[in-house]
Amino acid sequence: MEIKKTAMAGTLESSDVQIMLSQGSDGITFDLVSDVAKQFDDAIKATITAVLALYGVDNAEVKVVDKGALDMVIKARAMTAVQRALDLADEPNWEVM
Amino acid sequence: MKNKVARDIPDNILKQMTRKPFNGVTYGHPIAQRVAPKVRATTGRDKVLSSIDEVVAKTVADGMTISFHHHFREGDYVFNQVMRSIIDQGYHNLTLAPSSLTNVMNDIVVEAIKKGVVTNITSSGMRGSLGDAVSHGLLENPVVFRSHGNRARAIEQGEIKIDVAFLGVPNSDNAGNANGMDGDAAFGSLGYALIDAQYADTLVLVTDNIKAYPNTPASIKQTQVDYIVKVDAVGDPEKIGSGATRFTKDPKELKIAKTVNDVIINSVYFKEGFSFQTGSGGAALAVTRFLRQAMINNQIKASFALGGITKPTIDLLNEGLVARVMDVQDFDKGAAESMKDNRQQQEIDASWYADPANKGAMVDQLDVAILSALEIDTQFNVNVMSGSDGIIRGAIGGHQDAATAKLTIISAPLVRGRIATIVPNVTTVITPGDSIDVVVTEIGIAINPKRQDLIEQLSHVPGLPIYTIEALQQKAEKIVGQAKPLVFTDRVVAVAEYRDGTVIDVIKAVKD
Repeated sequence: MEIKKTAMAGTLESSDVQIMLSQGSDGITFDLVSDVAKQFDDAIKATITAVLALYGVDNAEVKVVDKGALDMVIKARAMTAVQRALDLADEPNWEVM
Repeated sequence: MKNKVARDIPDNILKQMTRKPFNGVTYGHPIAQRVAPKVRATTGRDKVLSSIDEVVAKTVADGMTISFHHHFREGDYVFNQVMRSIIDQGYHNLTLAPSSLTNVMNDIVVEAIKKGVVTNITSSGMRGSLGDAVSHGLLENPVVFRSHGNRARAIEQGEIKIDVAFLGVPNSDNAGNANGMDGDAAFGSLGYALIDAQYADTLVLVTDNIKAYPNTPASIKQTQVDYIVKVDAVGDPEKIGSGATRFTKDPKELKIAKTVNDVIINSVYFKEGFSFQTGSGGAALAVTRFLRQAMINNQIKASFALGGITKPTIDLLNEGLVARVMDVQDFDKGAAESMKDNRQQQEIDASWYADPANKGAMVDQLDVAILSALEIDTQFNVNVMSGSDGIIRGAIGGHQDAATAKLTIISAPLVRGRIATIVPNVTTVITPGDSIDVVVTEIGIAINPKRQDLIEQLSHVPGLPIYTIEALQQKAEKIVGQAKPLVFTDRVVAVAEYRDGTVIDVIKAVKD
């Protein structure tokens, strides 16, 4: 699946994460800023990549501003962002949730 | 060489700094020769100088050790004025030996390091831009971190030889009789500065308030003072202490505080005449409130409260629930202001408070200490110095000293955001697990297995779940996930001493 439009989910509150997805052409690329990047950058990228894979997204630019969100929060924000980016927000893809 | 808490202390550091590795919490009864300061005799009629520039020019020389206190905390105007003059007059190769470094001091210390003015630092701690700069290798020589008790010991034994102490005071007369209790910038106890006053070769007081001679009560005496400089202001009263104390409403902090209280009142130490030390911060203040109610309910009174003092502790004193407050530092206005009217609020110096190398310190009499932590590991070792990114952002304070109490409780949340507080191995060991007895989190407690007596005392308390420390660590990891280990270079940027002067850990430069 291709990203249809740039979409965002999440806030900049502590323990939240803001994820912005835009069209890409070179696989999944990350621009990651996180308070806990030294310990969790790989984990954050892996979680988001896994969510994108569930929706069949192979190409995307992912901008992440993480404020120490737990994994489940990252997953939820990634799902919301990708549904918005794929124009599925009105009819969510329940199977992947 | 691996020390007693299994930290690898590089041999070249031990050799270069002539230190021994940490080898246990017992101090024993060694006999030490104390040093004495040089004294320049004077009648005391010519002490008042007109400017900081003049006094710096008269007293400072390249290579000297200079000291300050941090009782003005984030409201300090003295440190910046003196350091500005020292930098501008072009001195080099100084050792900076303050009781601690607060954020308002950061920028000028970084500048002084960059210009070669300061080449060595010893402090209780550092944070912010200075901690960041040191963790990135700005200072060639390792910083030496010492607890408040250890700093007193090191000064008494000549390991820190203070050439000039610049001590800001909210009042003084023209001969140098001064205290911390009166004036616009009053901060209460002068506890940490009293050691500098006693042992510095040259003592400079900086004040904004010259009182009629003789000024009493005199915590610092005219017999100790060489020069006095009058400035416009020594500190910002709004930033010296936190203002009105508010109790936390954070349910997690309240849960922790209530659990700390449960641990205390169900231990054998909660009895008539017990003593305690709490820190500052939301949970500690809430503990004081719970403890107050428990003391009233059980008709138990404390003999003394110790350490850094806050208004809620003074309230206990005024209510008659605490007989004496032994006060080395005041964290808020209420505590600072009450000192001058309250004979039961005794000012104590850092040696009396916490020095292991004297004829008995207050911490040696202490029953219960409630302390905080950035990290605790499954050996009960505590880190209060380096952050989750490996960067220096803390201070030892009295942590190692107060942890020698009969019941030492660490209160900390299981996780902070995505950072686990209970970890397999702390980044930096500051206080050894051997002196930690109970760890309290919002989900329950862990008791150091070497305290079987406490396990017995606390095993049947309703609503007090006991876990092993390993179980707490695993619960934390389950919430946040497994963290990648931090990466450091081989370069040692700081050495953390235990309170006896041995090396408990080293801090290495971070790799970015």
